[in-house]
Formats: sequence, structure tokens, C-alpha cells
Amino acid sequence: MTATETLGADAQNSSEAALIAAILAGDREKFHILILPYESQLFRTAFALVKNAEEAEDVVQDAVLKAYRKLGSFRGDAKFSTWLIAITLNEARGRLRKENRTIVDSLDEQREENADFTPAALTDWNEIPLALLERKEIRELVQQAVAELPDTYREIVTLRDVEECSVLDTAHLLGISSALVKVRLHRARMLLQKRLAPQLNRAIKASSKSTSDRPRKRSLFRRTPWF
Amino acid sequence: MVLKCRHVWDHISGYIDGALDPEVRANVERHLATCEICSAILDSTRNIIILMADDRVFELPVDFSKRLHARLDDVLKHEYPEPA
Repeated sequence: MTATETLGADAQNSSEAALIAAILAGDREKFHILILPYESQLFRTAFALVKNAEEAEDVVQDAVLKAYRKLGSFRGDAKFSTWLIAITLNEARGRLRKENRTIVDSLDEQREENADFTPAALTDWNEIPLALLERKEIRELVQQAVAELPDTYREIVTLRDVEECSVLDTAHLLGISSALVKVRLHRARMLLQKRLAPQLNRAIKASSKSTSDRPRKRSLFRRTPWF
Repeated sequence: MVLKCRHVWDHISGYIDGALDPEVRANVERHLATCEICSAILDSTRNIIILMADDRVFELPVDFSKRLHARLDDVLKHEYPEPA
């Protein structure tokens, strides 16, 4: 985190603390403002578990109401966003339990060991510019690949790569060690690369023949040379 | 130490997160400098991570926020947060 980002995060924390104090003192309407920055994050977290938009919306509504009612118990030792995500995860898990759709908490060790985490061996990669996400077909390829990950990997990838939670926060939220977060995240990313990279490459090659949005070859996020 | 491709693949995620020990990182970088396949695997993985973080991929349902705040409003009008 850069110095500016740290300052930004500090400012956010203190304005959140002020909002929370005001709400607890009776200015209840301010709760709308407090949760505004986190709505989409909570939806994506819920969606990763329940895999259904309508149900994910219900989960978020229930979680946000619970967060309001329990606001007095938020101690500020965790980030407010992490606290909200934890409540949302609990709501989603509760719902899955009720419907007997429990998330497989610890993957079957053997299955995990036997799964193929070998990436797709590409010889070349045409960087996919973010602008191409305007195309539904590209968005759907990414959504589909994430949706088809095993539950525990989808959780990890959603928290780390979609929500951009830290390893430590992710470990705390899922009740597992940081080491296990890293192992699962690595495997999840390799599964995504294996499935998605060839599909994206094909989609991009097919479209760049006919359109002008030809991707720049490995230029956008090129590694800094080390020599 | 000269790493084989398979060993480099084990470190792709850690490399992207900047979480490798300096020595391992140097070995991985030495391999990447000459291996087109591992470079393409690294670049594609990193690109996919960047794509996933984009808000457009997992869009909110239409009027999601409106419905959430309407439901919240009902509760805010009648309830205070529980005492700690």
C-alpha cells in the first residue's frame, strides 16, 4: 500500500467510525451512506456462494439488516468492510445449510490432490484489454469459468481477486490459515487459466480479424524487465 | 538454480502477488526470461485476474440498490440498532 493509499484508508476508516457513532447516537438514516460503498462487493460475495442472483440479493438484504441491528457490536478491530462480508458469508452459508446445499468446506483431500492444476501451455498470449469487457460474450466467458470452479476455490477467488481482500482478511473470513488461502488461490487461478486463457485467445483472435479492436500483444501489463 | 517449467508453474500465483522469497523470485525470473510458454502462462493468468476484478464482469441486478435501500428504510424508520 502506498503512503497515499494508507492515508486514504485512514480517512475512510475515521469517517466510517464517525458515521457509526452518529448512527448509534440516533442518526439512523446515515446507515444508508455507511453501506453504500460496499453493496456490489456484498452482492458478489453472496453470489459466489448461492450462485443465483435473486437469492444473492435476498442474502445481501438480510445481511445488511443484520449489520444494522448489530452495529453496536462492531468493535472496529476489523475493517468495517470485512465485518460486513463476514455477516454476508454467514447469511449465505445459513441459507445453503437450510436447503442442504452446504458448501464443501474442506475439499476431499484426495480429490484435491488428484485434480489437474497444470495450466494451459500457451505459446503466446494476446493481452485482453479491459475495454473488451464491454462485450457480453467476453464477460460471460469469465463469469462462466468462475461459476464452474469447485465451491471452495470460487470462494477464495471471489474474495481475493474479485473483492481484492488481503490474504489475511480472506483467511480470517473463511476461518482457514493464510498458507491454505495461498495454496487454494494458486490452484483456483491455475484452473481458471487452463479453462479461460484458450477460450479468450480464440474469442479475441476471431474478433480481431473483423474489427479494429485488435489487442496489443503482451504490451498492456508487460512485466518490468529485470535485466 | 535452474528451474523446470513445472516448478515455475507452482510459483505463478505467488509471483503475481509478490509473495515469493527473493531467491525463488530470482530463479523464476531467470526462467521466464528465456521461456515463452511460462511467460505466456504468467501473462495470461495475470490478465485473467485483472479482468475478474473489473466491475463489469459481475454486474448488479437492475435496481438492486434501490430495493436494498427501500427495505432498509422500513427497518430504519422503526428500529434502533440493538444495544451492544
